[in-house]
Amino acid sequence: MMTQDARWIDIGLASHIEPGTARTLPVQGGEEIAVFRTMRGEVYALVNKCPHKHGPLSQGIIHGDSVSCPLHNWRISLRSGEALGEDKGCTPTIPIKLDGGRIYISRKEALAGSRAEA
Amino acid sequence: MNAQTSIEHPPTTRKRERLVVIGNGMAGCRAVEEVLERDAERYAITIIGAEPRVNYDRIMLSPVLAGDKTFDEIVINSAEWYADNGIELLSGDPVQQIDRDAKTVTSQSGKVVAYDKLLIATGSDPFIIPVPGKDLNGVITFRDLDDVEKMLAAAAGGGEAVVIGGGLLGLEAAHGLTLRGMKVTVIHLMPTLMERQLDEAAGYLLKQELERRGQTILTGANTKQILGADGHVAAVELEDGMRIKADIVVMAVGIRPATSLANTAGLECERGIVVNDQMVTSDPDVLAVGECVQHRGQCYGLVAPLWEMCRALADQLTDTDSAYEGSVTSTKLKVSGIDVFSAGDFSGGEGCEDIVMRDAARGVYKRLVIKDDKIIGAVLYGDTADGSWYFDQLRKEADISDIREGLIFGQAFTTGGALADPSEAVAALSDDAEICGCNGVSKGRIVQTIAAGAHTIDALRASCKASASCGSCTDTCEALLSLTLGDQYGGERTVKTMCKCTSFGHDDVRRLIFEKELKAIPEVMQELHWTTPEGCSSCRPAFNYYLLCAWPGEYEDDQKSRFVNERLHANIQKDGTYSVVPRMWGGVTNPTELRAIADVVEKYNAPLVKVTGGQRLDIFGIKKEDLPAVWADLNAAGMVSGHAYGKSLRTVKTCVGSEWCRFGTQDSTGLGIKIERMTWGSWMPHKFKIAVSGCPRNCAEATIKDFGVVCVESGYELHIGGNGGIKVRATDLLCKVETEEEALDYCAALIQLYREDAHYLERTAPWLERKGLDWIKAELLDDPQSVPVLAARFRYSQQFMQDDPWERRAKGERRDLHAHLGEIRPFNLEIA
Repeated sequence: MMTQDARWIDIGLASHIEPGTARTLPVQGGEEIAVFRTMRGEVYALVNKCPHKHGPLSQGIIHGDSVSCPLHNWRISLRSGEALGEDKGCTPTIPIKLDGGRIYISRKEALAGSRAEA
Repeated sequence: MNAQTSIEHPPTTRKRERLVVIGNGMAGCRAVEEVLERDAERYAITIIGAEPRVNYDRIMLSPVLAGDKTFDEIVINSAEWYADNGIELLSGDPVQQIDRDAKTVTSQSGKVVAYDKLLIATGSDPFIIPVPGKDLNGVITFRDLDDVEKMLAAAAGGGEAVVIGGGLLGLEAAHGLTLRGMKVTVIHLMPTLMERQLDEAAGYLLKQELERRGQTILTGANTKQILGADGHVAAVELEDGMRIKADIVVMAVGIRPATSLANTAGLECERGIVVNDQMVTSDPDVLAVGECVQHRGQCYGLVAPLWEMCRALADQLTDTDSAYEGSVTSTKLKVSGIDVFSAGDFSGGEGCEDIVMRDAARGVYKRLVIKDDKIIGAVLYGDTADGSWYFDQLRKEADISDIREGLIFGQAFTTGGALADPSEAVAALSDDAEICGCNGVSKGRIVQTIAAGAHTIDALRASCKASASCGSCTDTCEALLSLTLGDQYGGERTVKTMCKCTSFGHDDVRRLIFEKELKAIPEVMQELHWTTPEGCSSCRPAFNYYLLCAWPGEYEDDQKSRFVNERLHANIQKDGTYSVVPRMWGGVTNPTELRAIADVVEKYNAPLVKVTGGQRLDIFGIKKEDLPAVWADLNAAGMVSGHAYGKSLRTVKTCVGSEWCRFGTQDSTGLGIKIERMTWGSWMPHKFKIAVSGCPRNCAEATIKDFGVVCVESGYELHIGGNGGIKVRATDLLCKVETEEEALDYCAALIQLYREDAHYLERTAPWLERKGLDWIKAELLDDPQSVPVLAARFRYSQQFMQDDPWERRAKGERRDLHAHLGEIRPFNLEIA
């Protein structure tokens, strides 16, 4: 299913994520990634950990282009990974591109946590 | 913009350079016009087009389909234009190949044309979704005049059309076909029509309007296949199995830049043909323009950017310095009688603020997105008069800080001098000016009412009804309070607003949902003038509950508006795993259930299994992807969800009662089980706990529950409003009844009263203290009909709720909520 490419990894059809929800993408030996699709159909990817207490952001309520963490309701920007409002902190973002209805995720950032330095 | 440069480049007598243009569409011809305007003598021009006709205005195909225009009216360049300007037109003969070494192009008929400069303006191709049946006769795209003619031919026989794609093009096609007498169904993959141009709120209004016009709009609908009969389309089948009859299918899901010719020629292509700011491709003698290009990462499908590109391109071809720097675009839907406008970026982002105005009575929704005191995006529905003014402010990047207050009301308001200050505007109104349109209350009447002692907005609402219905005049009423009372008016509303998205309190929202018969979240937001486009994580779950409570069996639960626990039917733990609590009716279990739980604990390596305070077993450490399998195992042993995760009925705790206990007065276990069978599965404003104790020793701790029954020799004492949480509260005695049936009825009635009246996330204890025990008693006990009526409403609602959510998930429903999208295995690391 996933095709190989130097820069981008094909992670499947955007239509597999219902708008207004997120799905998860475990990375072997690395940090799980949350892939979000907003009501407007934009796709974003973040490391699936709230900067606060590492709650799984993929399970939060998505409104506009932010997500409210399911554990303590921190609001995180899907664009920048930054905590919004009074809270301070940042979750790493992973570049995404959409092409022909498919989602491609940047290999380098996706694997950032898992490099056993080959 | 660009001064004519023909003076700097006078006609030369040398041999003309050869400019060959691939594409006889709007971009190719406009580029040629721009070049001619700058230097008419420089190039010998050949245009090669695939369509067998002269250049026409492609964006006017929708009016041709709708019958508002004829083809002749949309021709841009007639045959004379080509002749007058000495342009050679090869139409109906598409270019097949570019040879960049020889600098020639070859057409389908084998004609070879040499160039010095080549311009690629191949435009875009309609995107065809790869479903079975896409090649059947009667599947049409909406791109050129041939397509329009096919649609018109089909429409001549009436019949049914399915349009796949609810974007700009799809909706225009649907509109045209409707006007031509076809019965039209639009299938759109996303939940919002025109989601690239509109937000959820505006998309919802558009959908409502189109449905009023007789179209069937199916959003969130995924086409599975197109079914045929004798080689011609017959129906469209959706993923969910629904079939829609179709005599034609119009595929309007989008376009992709036509790059194959450029790609084969070895020019750099990504999504489109990559060009620089001068519209030059990776080959300095080859330029490209229009929908086929990708400029600074962007591809455009609208006409305005094309004009801007053509200017830079013509400058480049005539040796003038200029640069195309990308376009800000605006969109208008060409459907008569529907005003929709959108421009710029309204997807939000860092430092963006929304200004939202909704006028439910006029069906207007306006939203401006502001960043650093500039408008960066606008969505207008229903009233687009100010669209071009906003777009102008946006493009000029004008500082709007001085006119911000009245900006949303439009140009006339912000430039109207005195009106710029809203309180002055209110002061200037005459006494007979109507402020509250719903209840017909004038300014004079409101001022009198305030003078007579109504010093808060709630007092005003109670005494003269102003602002008591839709609430859209609340700000004006507050301005009058402040004008009339001066410093005496605190300005503080006594009602706590529901969240930052609104000035309404929970009671207002609940009442209006009912009165106005609002049945969907976007509808509530529109009618109640929500100030955010999609709400927030506070109001969305509250709406979902209020709608579910108000319209049982009718409202479709919105999973996206539920907290994680209620969406995954399990309790999230700090490490992101879940705990699972199967229901144990009345706290009674048996070997089969215990064995099934023990098996699940072992099979899924659950690190902890624990007895809860509610007399059941809690299995910890289950991963979200394993939940459906765990539930299948528990279901197989006859167990259902315990709803330990929900704002819902949790447990009914019991003691053993008269069956075993020497002090027991009644069968408390049996009654507890009956109560749990009656109440399980019900959604509530907050969690709800029940207990039944068999005697006043109260071993089941019934007096710290939301509803507690204490059995006595002569019957059942019913207690309400207890809480064992942060702030312990013992129950108040509601009444005493003699039979189990009465106890069950009172329980159902109390729950329904709480469900219909309390604020979302308000437990019974604070609810009781807010409303007062006397109020609750009066509601339930004063009229002998109250209890049966409320209990009947509860039981009606329960028939839709008592459906085990675990079983549905275990059978595969909403697999996407549990399964991973995929997994990345880094066995193939690239060399950095």
